[in-house]
Amino acid sequence: MFKIIKKEKIAENTYSLQIHAPKIAKSAKAGQFVIIQIDETGERIPLTIADYNKTSVTIIFLVIGHTTTKLSKLRKGQFVKDFVGPLGNPTEIEEFGDVCVVGGGLGIAATYPIVKEMSKKNNVIAIIGAKSKKHLFWLEKFEKVCDKLIICTDDGSIGQQGFVTTALKSYMRNNHLARVITVGPGIMMKSVSDLTKSRVRTVASLNPIIVDGIGMCGSCRITVAGETKFACVDGPEFNAHDVDWCEFLNRLNRFSKEEKHICRIRK
Amino acid sequence: MRLQDPHKRIKNFKEVELGYSEKEATEEVKRCLNCKSPSCVIGCPVNIDIPGFIQAIQNKDTDLALEIIMRYNNLPGICGRVCPQENQCQKVCVLNKRGDPISIGRLERYASDNGKIKIGKIKKNKKKVAIVGSGPSSLTCAADLAKLGYDITIFEALQKGGGVLTFGIPNFRLPNTIIEKEIKVIEDLGVKIEYNTVIGKTITLDELKEKYSAIFLGVGAGLPNFMKIPGENLNGVMSANEFLTRINLMNANNKDYDTPIGKGERTIVVGGGNVAMDAARSARRLGSDVTIVYRRSFEEMPARLDEIHHAKEEGIKFMILTNPVAILGDNSVTGIRCVQMKLDEPDESGRRKPIPMINSDFTMNCDQVLVAIGTTPNPLLVKESGLKHSIKGAILVNESTQTSDPQIYAGGDIIGGNATVIQAMGEGKVAARSIHNKLSE
Repeated sequence: MFKIIKKEKIAENTYSLQIHAPKIAKSAKAGQFVIIQIDETGERIPLTIADYNKTSVTIIFLVIGHTTTKLSKLRKGQFVKDFVGPLGNPTEIEEFGDVCVVGGGLGIAATYPIVKEMSKKNNVIAIIGAKSKKHLFWLEKFEKVCDKLIICTDDGSIGQQGFVTTALKSYMRNNHLARVITVGPGIMMKSVSDLTKSRVRTVASLNPIIVDGIGMCGSCRITVAGETKFACVDGPEFNAHDVDWCEFLNRLNRFSKEEKHICRIRK
Repeated sequence: MRLQDPHKRIKNFKEVELGYSEKEATEEVKRCLNCKSPSCVIGCPVNIDIPGFIQAIQNKDTDLALEIIMRYNNLPGICGRVCPQENQCQKVCVLNKRGDPISIGRLERYASDNGKIKIGKIKKNKKKVAIVGSGPSSLTCAADLAKLGYDITIFEALQKGGGVLTFGIPNFRLPNTIIEKEIKVIEDLGVKIEYNTVIGKTITLDELKEKYSAIFLGVGAGLPNFMKIPGENLNGVMSANEFLTRINLMNANNKDYDTPIGKGERTIVVGGGNVAMDAARSARRLGSDVTIVYRRSFEEMPARLDEIHHAKEEGIKFMILTNPVAILGDNSVTGIRCVQMKLDEPDESGRRKPIPMINSDFTMNCDQVLVAIGTTPNPLLVKESGLKHSIKGAILVNESTQTSDPQIYAGGDIIGGNATVIQAMGEGKVAARSIHNKLSE
């Protein structure tokens, strides 16, 4: 059992949970994820590590389906049954030069530790985007850890109006980048990848459907450079230009029929 | 032995074989010739005193029968159900010359289901051993060392113990309650289990090496093999591993649980092993029409005869000498293209090699494909451990199961792969003995 030590609503439909898990916290690195199972009847879902300190791990989630609704109803002091990690390989952090981290929607959460660690060795430009101001979070935390923060919203309620790709495109026009890292909705990562193809080395952190997360079931398989790879043990970060994005996007809908059904009958 | 009726059992996940009644067990043990030099004992990978426990059943002392079995085997209820006795103890039973060996497996199960376990007092030593994984090899190694007085901690990555016994083998063949019961007995020996702990991720192997005198790695099989044919990543194509994990570990078949699963109306299962049978029979229970596609013939099929027989009884169709060449569909599976095969000369496995027949391809409609063609050793720890391993990722060990690091031992599917429960247990036993020898030096 893992205790929730802090719960916060940080944006529209978006919550952060700080969970007491000293062993995971001690080993956690930027780019890794955890798997959470709320209770006996729950499913195992992967969530990126959004932050960590000596004894706890923070996860951020968007209320989107049955499990995240259930998770959003838990309060400080309550427990989740299973919490395992840190899983996947950490982000590769070296001295690259100018690094742009592009986060969209919930993916912003995953970019935070990447920006934080990457900026210790690099000049980091963070481009983060969401539908509108009320969907954004942690702006002050980002300000503190990156060298330049560019905010984009679809409706222009804060920062530039438009997609993160528009901001990235105009930044690339006048500046050289050594590396781009992108985390967010599949379609956004695909657009980032299309934009930087044959120009800047780009890494995408993929979030496929995962069951065990420890290299057993093959649920998270994707095609990278023509080969089947497993996001949980080979990833979650891959060279974005090698990812078969159409297949990846299609596989995210594997259980859309069943998931809609469960949301309907449990409401 | 009584079985659940096929028409009823395809609608539930309850056990198919119902176990011997006292009368059936008594009848069966009467047939044992109590041979002077019993070959069954030699046929058993862990050399259980089989005539000994059979005599105890004959004397109506199931407690003693169970005690005798447990001197050799800590998982009698599990082995009584899933051991391939027909290739081991029963194969060499003298009565098998007439084709009717003693049903040793069923008697083992009878003793386990009906006997009471006594745990004697254990004299503890203070030496600590870490066991990684909680499948059959790990549980065996843990129990044997605990009985010798060692302070044992098992680290399990998942939320439940049992490894492949739990997430791999369906309830209709091995109920979770049996696994839980046998794990409880091992915990009663003083073994501690830390769940949700991934060695190599949550805790490093180096950290374990500092805190424990010896380490046993029983981390099991890992990534499933796929056929490397077009369409394999379409929605509706799953490894049997994933399909079974969703059901066995996550209860996706039960509407009160949240984990989703595709039910499929027409399922094709690829493979001929026990995992293929398990996946096929599980899909059948979820209401699908099921066909097993296997590239060799029934003779080469590695699944247990009983399982093939049960699958047939449950209305599962078999297409032997058939091999998929492509899975069809745009986003989701709509069909599968196969070719017919014929058998040529034996290959390196000793089985006759299947080769495709020219112009024999044909297409079948289906909306689910389950791939059950084996697994590779779990990749999670091997890479980072620095231990010597094969190209396929199996950790290399010597005859005492010691790895290239003298403090670390390994057994089960991580050192070979796709073996039986009892073989894994045998390796766990060897490891326990080797660790004990080394730590008593």
